[in-house]
Amino acid sequence: MRHLMNPLDFSVEELDQLFDLANDIEANREKYAHACEGKKLATCFYEPSTRTRLSFESAMLSLGGSVIGFSDADSSSAAKGESVSDTIRVISCFADICAMRHPKEGAPMVAAGRSTIPVINAGDGGHQHPTQTLTDLLTIRSMKGRLSNFTIGLCGDLKFGRTVHSLINALVRYEGIKFVFISPRELMVPDYVTDMLKEKGIPYEEVIRLEEVMPSLDLLYMTRVQKERFFNEEDYVRLKDFYILDKAKMELAKSNMLVLHPLPRVNEISVEVDDDPRAAYFKQVQYGVYVRMALILTLLDIQVD
Amino acid sequence: MLNVGKIEEGFVLDHIKAGKSLSIYHHLQLDKLDCTVAIIKNAKSNKMGKKDILKVECDIDMLDLDILAFIDHNITVNVIKDGEIVSKKDLMLPREIKNVIHCKNPRCITSIEQGLPHIFVLSDENMEIYRCKYCEEKYTDNL
Repeated sequence: MRHLMNPLDFSVEELDQLFDLANDIEANREKYAHACEGKKLATCFYEPSTRTRLSFESAMLSLGGSVIGFSDADSSSAAKGESVSDTIRVISCFADICAMRHPKEGAPMVAAGRSTIPVINAGDGGHQHPTQTLTDLLTIRSMKGRLSNFTIGLCGDLKFGRTVHSLINALVRYEGIKFVFISPRELMVPDYVTDMLKEKGIPYEEVIRLEEVMPSLDLLYMTRVQKERFFNEEDYVRLKDFYILDKAKMELAKSNMLVLHPLPRVNEISVEVDDDPRAAYFKQVQYGVYVRMALILTLLDIQVD
Repeated sequence: MLNVGKIEEGFVLDHIKAGKSLSIYHHLQLDKLDCTVAIIKNAKSNKMGKKDILKVECDIDMLDLDILAFIDHNITVNVIKDGEIVSKKDLMLPREIKNVIHCKNPRCITSIEQGLPHIFVLSDENMEIYRCKYCEEKYTDNL
């Protein structure tokens, strides 16, 4: 039995198979409409995350399965003090597969160790959010046709953003990737990330202004710069506009560059960019459902002819 | 100079960093063994300037080499039989250590889940970096 705790749990070849399946689901929705009939997904969300939970639920319902679960710790037995180990043993009797979101890092791994059903890490604190990374990879692969040989700009909060760290770790396994990190000094990528890139001989550059590098990017992954991350108001006011993507900055970009964002966006991408054909962030949400459908089928070992 | 006699059967831990012997004594749980233990602190050393030495009269199998290697894999482990050194044990950094150190990350599941063992995994052998198995937080303190 397999679980998904970390995006690197799957080899590059296994990811290719998963993405092929996701693309087949995208092209043939009807073929998979009853694939999980009689199967139940438990969404065990110890903290609210409407978007991720609904994406999992939508995925299971689209496969003809059903969904049970809870959406915050107060409505679960955790409020009575039950351990994660005990909860998953109980949930294993109710469902065939479990997606778990927990504020404590490593909780889904503890669950996987005790579970008799596959467990998917749906986000554990600031640690991992593997299905977001799979979503990002599937979006790039589907819209660019490849996961190699491109320059990707990562913009915004690169210090605390777990989606960014996860994506970097996943992309370094592919050939010909160049990273451009665009952030204020306070929010630069941690040293262990740049140390890892140096060790692997993977090219990267760090810049402060987005405009400088726009023409060179094949992909731009935007994240939010939160005001509370800055040391002082003055710096925030001075720098915040550098990280707002608007029409003027998009004019500097390649005609086939893609803009991704894990969402929710606040103001870091101006709404005027939404209609630009290069804006891929809402398509990314749709790919999130396809990749979760493919993941559920893979972990349940269900083949559809 | 203080003289501590030979032991007949047991092991001698040599080249312990000066001041570390008591910590090793506790982590090896030598206080729980009913055997003779000599703790020598700040002995002269050509190699280290000052060093600590532990002499323990008990079977080598009683010793948890993994914990010792985690604390300091440069310690020399001499096995003694009939008063003579019969072999030296090499210390290798253990792949995994269980319930020796605790994860200090307040966001880690080990901070709330009862009965969960604290497991650290060797993530970088050259840099001697151990990370919590659950949250991957780096262990930074020295024992």
